[in-house]
Amino acid sequence: MTQMKTTELPRWATGIALPLLNLLSALLVAALVIHLLGESPTESMRILIDSAIVNPEGLAYTLFYASTFIFTGLAVSIAMKAGLFNIGAEGQMYIGGLGLTLAVLAFDQTLSGWVVIPLAMLGSALFGALWAFLPGYLQAKRGSHVVVTTIMFNFIAANLMNFIIVKYLIPEGEQNPASRVFADSAALPTLNTWFPVFGDTPLNIGFPIAILALVIYGVMVSRSTWGYQVRATGLNQHAAHYAGVRISRTIIVVMLISGALAGLAAVNSIMGSTHYLSLNFPAGAGFVGIAIALMGRQHPVGIFLSSVLFGALIQGGFDLSLEKPNIPVETFIFIQGLIILFCGAMEHFYAPALLKLINATCKG
Amino acid sequence: MQPAVEFRNISKAFGPVQANADVSFSIAKGSIHGVIGENGAGKSTLMSILYGYYNADSGQLLIDGQERTIRTSHEAIDLGIGMVHQHFMLVENMTVLDNVMLGAEGGFTLAGKRKEVEKALREICTRYRLDVDPLATIHDLSVGAQQRVEILKQIYRSANILILDEPTAVLTAQETASLFEILRLFKTQGKTIILITHKLQEIMDITDQVTVLRAGRVSGAVATAETSKEQLANMMVGRPIEGNLPRAPFKPGAAVLKVSNLQLQDANKVRLLADIDLTVRAGEIVAIAGVSGNGQSELMEILSGMRLPTSGQVELEGKPLPFGRRANADGLPATFRELGIGHVPEDRLRDGVIKDFSVMQNTVFGYQDRVRNRWGLFDFDAIAKRCAHLLQAFDVRPNNPDMRIGLLSGGNQQKVVIAREVSAQPKLMLVGQPTRGVDIGTIESIHTQLLRLRDEGVAILLVSVELEEVRALADRIVVMSGGRITGELNIDEFDTTRIGLLMGGMHKS
Repeated sequence: MTQMKTTELPRWATGIALPLLNLLSALLVAALVIHLLGESPTESMRILIDSAIVNPEGLAYTLFYASTFIFTGLAVSIAMKAGLFNIGAEGQMYIGGLGLTLAVLAFDQTLSGWVVIPLAMLGSALFGALWAFLPGYLQAKRGSHVVVTTIMFNFIAANLMNFIIVKYLIPEGEQNPASRVFADSAALPTLNTWFPVFGDTPLNIGFPIAILALVIYGVMVSRSTWGYQVRATGLNQHAAHYAGVRISRTIIVVMLISGALAGLAAVNSIMGSTHYLSLNFPAGAGFVGIAIALMGRQHPVGIFLSSVLFGALIQGGFDLSLEKPNIPVETFIFIQGLIILFCGAMEHFYAPALLKLINATCKG
Repeated sequence: MQPAVEFRNISKAFGPVQANADVSFSIAKGSIHGVIGENGAGKSTLMSILYGYYNADSGQLLIDGQERTIRTSHEAIDLGIGMVHQHFMLVENMTVLDNVMLGAEGGFTLAGKRKEVEKALREICTRYRLDVDPLATIHDLSVGAQQRVEILKQIYRSANILILDEPTAVLTAQETASLFEILRLFKTQGKTIILITHKLQEIMDITDQVTVLRAGRVSGAVATAETSKEQLANMMVGRPIEGNLPRAPFKPGAAVLKVSNLQLQDANKVRLLADIDLTVRAGEIVAIAGVSGNGQSELMEILSGMRLPTSGQVELEGKPLPFGRRANADGLPATFRELGIGHVPEDRLRDGVIKDFSVMQNTVFGYQDRVRNRWGLFDFDAIAKRCAHLLQAFDVRPNNPDMRIGLLSGGNQQKVVIAREVSAQPKLMLVGQPTRGVDIGTIESIHTQLLRLRDEGVAILLVSVELEEVRALADRIVVMSGGRITGELNIDEFDTTRIGLLMGGMHKS
């Protein structure tokens, strides 16, 4: 019946107004907390924006963090398009890091960066995809829910990596649970080579590669027949079956791609900054990907903006805690949590009110 | 005597859509009152206002002569109003007793109350001749029995005004007859029945008064004794309905579809289809008549590639369909489409369209591989052109390719599906319930399209539970019951009684 018209929000409202309202709510609660900590919220906000966006070096750090988040955000988004909630980007990124490290350790001392870097990327994508394969397969063929399996696979990944790093990868005589430091051939070229304004920052070619991934994702999802079949599967499996989509294969392929994207997130974070594989290096980036996919509504532009937001929070939060000793670094994990709460769990919290408002203005 | 329900100038709008406009009529106590109208005429909205789901924008609602504002269904129940929904609101794995008590438990533990309620239910069942065992589990009951449970629930909650929304949609002829018996009994006991339906025959059979709605307004209010089906149809549609649609003389060609000895069992070895033999020739419409749930859906699913048969042969133009030795039917519908089988599925919203896709995206649904360039990307220009042509040719309203198809009326969604399947130029067209949930005006246009397809020489296999539709379209009629074909007759032998018996599983003696 036609009454659905006004029970639904227009696209601008769900795509822009709702995420902004949710973000604003999270920031308001954050402001309250900062106030309670005895600091001025407005001044803190100014410092945050200043050091994360306005200052070119700060911006470089923001974009560096964002590059990792774009990949985990994409990983979660592509799965969501097929109706799969991949909670396992964290574990897939972690295992992706192993694939990358194995490739680098094998070749970094003999081959040039032109070979080592693509090989490392391939390794990370391959290992990430493999780690997502089993949950995908089980979902497609056995109906085991991907949420459950990917959560479990996060734990398995954490313990497996613990074992592998400690047992095999620690160089002899070292105590630190990490692989040896990579040779320079495995370092991603930094952007300050071409843009000196970014100063001495780790922002590297991982960022343009992430942008490229966003573009490819956008084209594949909304312009290709493959993306059309993926979306159909996500929205209505019965109808997708009717339309001749091979559901099991689609689910498995999407999970492989999702895992590969999560694995690729390790490239920026390891080869752009630390240059060695360390225990628990993803540090929650996979989970941030969930928030980014939800907040960005799986749209390439949305994923980009949310990734930058989370990058800015880390960068700005770090600087802020240096300037305001009352505000500990952990505050920003808290704010991240608030954003996830408002944009994820309470996504539609304001929808009824907004709907009423729109209906009232239309009538009046 | 005071009317049981009186609507006075009720209006209700949803945004720009006026669902009810200035609706006024009253329903006499102890009568059976029919409310009819096409889909979207405002019947459901009006009943939802009475049952407390919506509030009217303006106007008054009087129950037993008192003006009332019913804000929730709880308030409606307190006023003695009960509603039996088209889709039952029952918990399948609970007993009848527990379903009735659900929401009216009346205490922390159930044990004490249970005996009491069981006794009350048995009393009600005896008094109203409702054949229901309070201790039976819902999923063991037939559809007709489940409906009696819904009624029982309302009576137990002392409903004096009973709203029935399309109660016979899922019933066999026999079940319908026994439901009407119960309703007549209610009437003699002083209860008021509001019957919402689109079946004119039922209105004529059982109601005392009829109110006809069209486009949200009352377009007619008559005593049943003083009206006819034709007059009611005119009031519903606003113009006379054509009796017979033109069709070319029956000149069937070669056999296009040949099904022999088809069997289907489910995972629990329950027989869903047994010994199906069927031929459909070019330029012929074969209609499968039967009460829904007697194997028709499964047969269509097999023929469209959505489901694998257990055994048997299916040939399209003499070549066996490639069911192969597959483990499942994943992707098979695409193969069958390539072979020239079009399919209008019976459950449009479940299978036929993606509600959240635009009309344009839905016009290539199932044919997505035919509209891509060599990069695997959509050729949007070609799709848009094709879509504009289809919307025009099949008169889809509104003519807006970018609108989400879920926002279209059922009839227009169906036009999109039919346009899509017809435009693929199939050799065999499978059509399931083409006019389910479709308004009368659109039914005619859909029937015209199907007949044109037949005249062009396409073989059409139609499944319909509406005998009117079978009569309007079929060249040959096959009747199914319990997963078997129980009889076959030509259109000139059309005989409602005989078909009814075959539908009930009775072979001709």
